Amino acid sequence: MRAIDRKLLRDFKRLWIQAAAIAIVMACGVAILLTSVGMYNALSETRAAYYERNRFAEVFVHARRAPQSILSEVAAIDGVLQIEARITGYAVLDIPGRIESGMGHIISLPEYGDPLLNQPLLYSGRFPDPSSRDEILVNVPFAEANNLSQGSTVSATLNGRKRELTIVGTALSPEFIYTIGPGSLMPDNETFGVLWMPHVATAAAFDMTGAFNDLSLVLTHNARTEPVIDALDDLLEPFGGLGAHDRSRQISEAFLDAELSQLKGMAMVVPPIFFAIAAFLVSMVMGRIIALERSEIGLLKAVGYSNVEVCLHYLMLAVLIGAAGVVVGWVAGFALARTTALQYAKFFDFPYVIFQVSYWIYAAAALAGLLTTSLGAARSALKAANLDPAIAMQPPAPPRFKRTIIDRIIDGMRLSQPTIMIFRSLLRWPVRSAMTSLGLAFSVATVIATSYITDAMDEIVDVAFYLSNRQDAMVLFSEDVPESAVEDVLDLPGVLVAEGQQFHAAILRNGHLEKHVSIEARHPDADLSRVVDADKRVLTAPPGGVLLATRLAEQIDAQVGDVIEAEFLTGKRETFDLTVVGLTTQHIGLGAYMDQDYLNRLFRQEPRVSTVNIEIDENRLPELHRAIKDTPEISGLIEMNDNRRSFEETIDQNVSVMNGIYIVVAILITIGVAYNGARIQLSERSRELASLRILGFGRGEVSYILVGETMFLAVLAQPAGWLIGTWIASAMTSGFTSDLYAIPLVLTPRSFALGSLVVLIAAFASAMVVRRRLDRLNLVEVMKTRE
Amino acid sequence: MSAVDHTTSEQHGTSAPEGPDTPEVVFRTLGVTKVYDTGEVQVHALAGVDLTLFSGELTVLLGPSGSGKSTLLNILGGLDHVTNGRVWFGDTELTDLSDRGLTRYRRDHVGFVFQFYNLVPSLTARENVQLVTDIAPDPMPAHEALELVGLGHRMDHFPSEMSGGEQQRVAIARAIAKRPRILLCDEPTGALDSSTGVQVLEALRQINERFGTTTVVITHNAEIQRMAHRVIFFQDGQISETRVNETRIAPSEIVW
Ligand SMILES: Nc1ncnc2c1ncn2[C@@H]1O[C@H](COP(=O)(O)OP(=O)(O)O)[C@@H](O)[C@H]1O
Ligand SMILES: [Mg+2]
Repeated sequence: MRAIDRKLLRDFKRLWIQAAAIAIVMACGVAILLTSVGMYNALSETRAAYYERNRFAEVFVHARRAPQSILSEVAAIDGVLQIEARITGYAVLDIPGRIESGMGHIISLPEYGDPLLNQPLLYSGRFPDPSSRDEILVNVPFAEANNLSQGSTVSATLNGRKRELTIVGTALSPEFIYTIGPGSLMPDNETFGVLWMPHVATAAAFDMTGAFNDLSLVLTHNARTEPVIDALDDLLEPFGGLGAHDRSRQISEAFLDAELSQLKGMAMVVPPIFFAIAAFLVSMVMGRIIALERSEIGLLKAVGYSNVEVCLHYLMLAVLIGAAGVVVGWVAGFALARTTALQYAKFFDFPYVIFQVSYWIYAAAALAGLLTTSLGAARSALKAANLDPAIAMQPPAPPRFKRTIIDRIIDGMRLSQPTIMIFRSLLRWPVRSAMTSLGLAFSVATVIATSYITDAMDEIVDVAFYLSNRQDAMVLFSEDVPESAVEDVLDLPGVLVAEGQQFHAAILRNGHLEKHVSIEARHPDADLSRVVDADKRVLTAPPGGVLLATRLAEQIDAQVGDVIEAEFLTGKRETFDLTVVGLTTQHIGLGAYMDQDYLNRLFRQEPRVSTVNIEIDENRLPELHRAIKDTPEISGLIEMNDNRRSFEETIDQNVSVMNGIYIVVAILITIGVAYNGARIQLSERSRELASLRILGFGRGEVSYILVGETMFLAVLAQPAGWLIGTWIASAMTSGFTSDLYAIPLVLTPRSFALGSLVVLIAAFASAMVVRRRLDRLNLVEVMKTRE
Repeated sequence: MSAVDHTTSEQHGTSAPEGPDTPEVVFRTLGVTKVYDTGEVQVHALAGVDLTLFSGELTVLLGPSGSGKSTLLNILGGLDHVTNGRVWFGDTELTDLSDRGLTRYRRDHVGFVFQFYNLVPSLTARENVQLVTDIAPDPMPAHEALELVGLGHRMDHFPSEMSGGEQQRVAIARAIAKRPRILLCDEPTGALDSSTGVQVLEALRQINERFGTTTVVITHNAEIQRMAHRVIFFQDGQISETRVNETRIAPSEIVW
């Protein structure tokens, strides 16, 4: 090995703490890049393969009851390649060993042969015998959550008739990667299951012989989706078609897609911040090294090393630091990606995950890492290359301190000599001081931006569960029922309060803009389920119009007072002009709300309800469940308490893991910036500080200069950090908004305090570690050696 | 100012006449000036230097601090550029060379010794020498160079573990390891006490005698001139006097 390379390695070894502090920041960037890109690729490739292999449909439509005779017309629509008609419905489940009733999504399997589209992937057992009346296939997560296996039985109330169903197999399906029940916010596999039944049995159970209510289509390669959707809607209009849609409104796909775009956003925004901080740290450290090694640079040139060799020598040091960061980042990224993959596995039901972070992603992360450190070192390395050897051998001229207006201000403040030294040094290196402060500000911002998610989630839970939907459970019916059903529900054991509510699928149109929505109608005095806006005010939709969620109104460009067209896809399927009577900011979904009496009048119908919200006497819960399992008209019971519990648990878990990770990241950035800053200061000032000690200043006073400067910059960083944190949080808020949910911008003093505290403590600790070196400073040696 | 003996009558661009008994000319400078522009004032570090140095000679440059000795040495060593005038190394005109050419020249022909040793602290004595042998065309082994300066037993010590005199001898070993045509030493004993200084001078004289290396030593210690073949006096950026010693004394006889 050449001596100059040996020097490189020894320098690297000597600087290892500083190098490690930088490498770790770099590693964070690399790890997050690998994780987000890796997860993104894994999810999207798995999804693509799964959809392809199991023939996930491209267009979906639901109807009330359509005769099979129209299927030939559907098949004849230009661009349609394959179709599959099914019967689907919901059923109340009585799961062995559970007190609460569950809810089953029933899907028919074709009469002959295997499903053409949305093929369930058999996981265990077999498909039901097409001629059997009680054999079912269930989705794997439901079976696992309830300890069900082949031969287990579940009783289900199908269209009012209760029957025993025998599980003959378990399966997964591309339709249910995100398996979420109606009205739920989070998957709850214990109480929601997918049940595939033979066609004949399903048709008999739902009174659908010769008919279907669910249609899936795959289009030819070049077909455009919209004309097919329009043709379908026309065809199904007489049969209660609920509006055809493409994959983007398929609920599982919508959630999956929202997740993927978050991952993509993360991959694009977060790593560059880490890389930039690492580059800045490298440039700061390299700048100092070049200053210290001035005469060595001169010597290398004097003995005949070329400018290029000298430049490379110093670039290599940065590359080594970068390489260390990349390697640590690779390992951490690999582990983190695995952890994240496991985390995802809890939310998404994939039969397999194609998790292979391809080599080029590792290579790209490495390249990005090495490039940024090299870039950070470039200025210093070029300076080294251009240093005139004759000048390099002379000691550098003492830095010029000029008296400026600021000095006069400092004088005016009558500060102590050490404090003046702190200020002078800050002013002498304004760029470095500003960048150090900015680096620390990013740490503060990191904590704020993650802690904000917790607060936002709390807010969502608070508004959605404790203010809006306060009912203990929702009772579902297979069809809308007369309002008298509310009385019947109230008669069930343990029901304390019961309130009816209507849901209608509708298309809202304003000019050329349109949106599929679900319109909720309730009585103004409804107390269990209410509309609560972001300011936590309870709103009621006044008669004579519709109250829209702000995000919905934005999408169809509607303002209060505008008249929009509402095409109802349920009930009498009529189209009305509705006045927008108000707007409300909502976190979840795109809501539209109406007064129930007004709606009934519009429909010229006797009062009806789709669901009944109830409040339950906890003590009589088992009795209630037993009664519901035996009440034919009820097609499902959604227990909001379960929902709340699973939502909060999942959020808590996820958010606390994420908070933990990012607090560690913030600490690492702080250490990287503060430690390096303090080390460089110490190196520049060891003579000055030693002189002070010789002049009789105490250890404490001298440490004060060192620690004081770091802490001064850390304190300066706070407001900037708060600002950047707020900015990142609001960027995340708009970035994460989809039709499914919007994350409110909730910034609490707690987040700001936490960010500041974490960073101030970490900065102080870093400075104190450097301070220990000050104690070891050999006064005589320092004064003797030439800078 | 007395004229410099050998060079005054020569024409620009021609080599020195080489009679059978005249030693080979290694360096020749013509009207060399160097002006430092510090913004406020112009410093004339060299104000017209004409000089010839001969192969195998040990020349001592004497003069007060600030008289331009280091500036001249740096120009001869290819470390610095002239403001005006010309410099030849043998037949090569240094003032014509590009940066790259000067680097090559330093790498192949010049050995430097500085007042503050300029060892790389993170490299051992041997490795400091290897820094040069790694890139020189025809070097001697590093240990051989160190043995020449009497440090064969301290090869694996770091600079911080050696005395000033030892460090300077490592620097000399480093300078001679490439078998340079010329050895340029800028106040090699400036930071040393008398007895360690003598050891360093002894090493320089031995190298000069054994390998015939043309050696230039800057000093402001007048005693040292007595070991030189030739002494050049500097004053205000010009040569004030050149003297050839009839008799030389051994470094061990020098005290200061
Ligand atoms: N880089 C420089 N910038 C400005 N002036 C310089 C520089 N280097 C040397 N000088 C000036 O040039 C003159 C000659 O310097 P130098 O050759 O180092 O003298 P010596 O080695 O004889 O002490 C001095 O006045 C010195 O201040
Ligand atoms: Mg000098």
